[in-house]
Amino acid sequence: MPTVRVPGRYSSLDAICEFVRESARAAGLGEQQVYEVDLATNEGASNIIDHAYGGEGEGVVECTCEIGPDGLTIILRDWGEPFDPAAVDEPDFNVPLEELSLRGAGLRIIRNCMDEVNYSPNAKGGNQLRMRKNT
Amino acid sequence: MAVETTQFKRCDVVKMAGRIDSSTASDLKKAMDAILDEGRYKVVFDMSEVEFLSSSGVWVLLETQKKCKRWNRGDLVIASANENIQRTLDLAGLKHFMRMYDDITSAVASF
Repeated sequence: MPTVRVPGRYSSLDAICEFVRESARAAGLGEQQVYEVDLATNEGASNIIDHAYGGEGEGVVECTCEIGPDGLTIILRDWGEPFDPAAVDEPDFNVPLEELSLRGAGLRIIRNCMDEVNYSPNAKGGNQLRMRKNT
Repeated sequence: MAVETTQFKRCDVVKMAGRIDSSTASDLKKAMDAILDEGRYKVVFDMSEVEFLSSSGVWVLLETQKKCKRWNRGDLVIASANENIQRTLDLAGLKHFMRMYDDITSAVASF
């Protein structure tokens, strides 16, 4: 399955997202769906850099795209700190502006953009984020 | 990523093109901070050429809006954000705190 492996830097996001957009189009997704897949991947990869690795230049990000008859599966892998999505609360928007925090916003965006989202430990350490978009 | 700032009598207009994500959000932040550091708090963000916005970009807008609205001294308004961008702002909880305009003229006139 096509896979790209990039340094964990923000400058790598363009390459991962372009790879995912091309895969999404090859899977037959429409332009709106391509945007959603692009956004979810960008958020997922940024989260890896920020949270799994604690910053840029600390590890690699691997992205695999599986094109199937009914859609696209994207797998993001890292070898950083374990991540438990259950430990991230749903953002609370019912607060004054000064108290609004974006903690959990990336995860919320990913879940809203993709049809299935699943986090699991990476067999070799780190995390695996599996996301699916149906045609 | 090039960010243009134009100063008008009643507000500043910030314009950025392309993708706003973790790799480019710092350029936007620098431009916004430069305006705020001059004591100017009425800002229009022209999104007519913004193709993509991630939560990193939303964070810059949130932090800027917090500073603009402090003590009622100003506001950050958005012009010409496409539907995908509006949805991202909504998912991040920020849309509720932003005035959105369909075009730059209306946005500037709102001040």
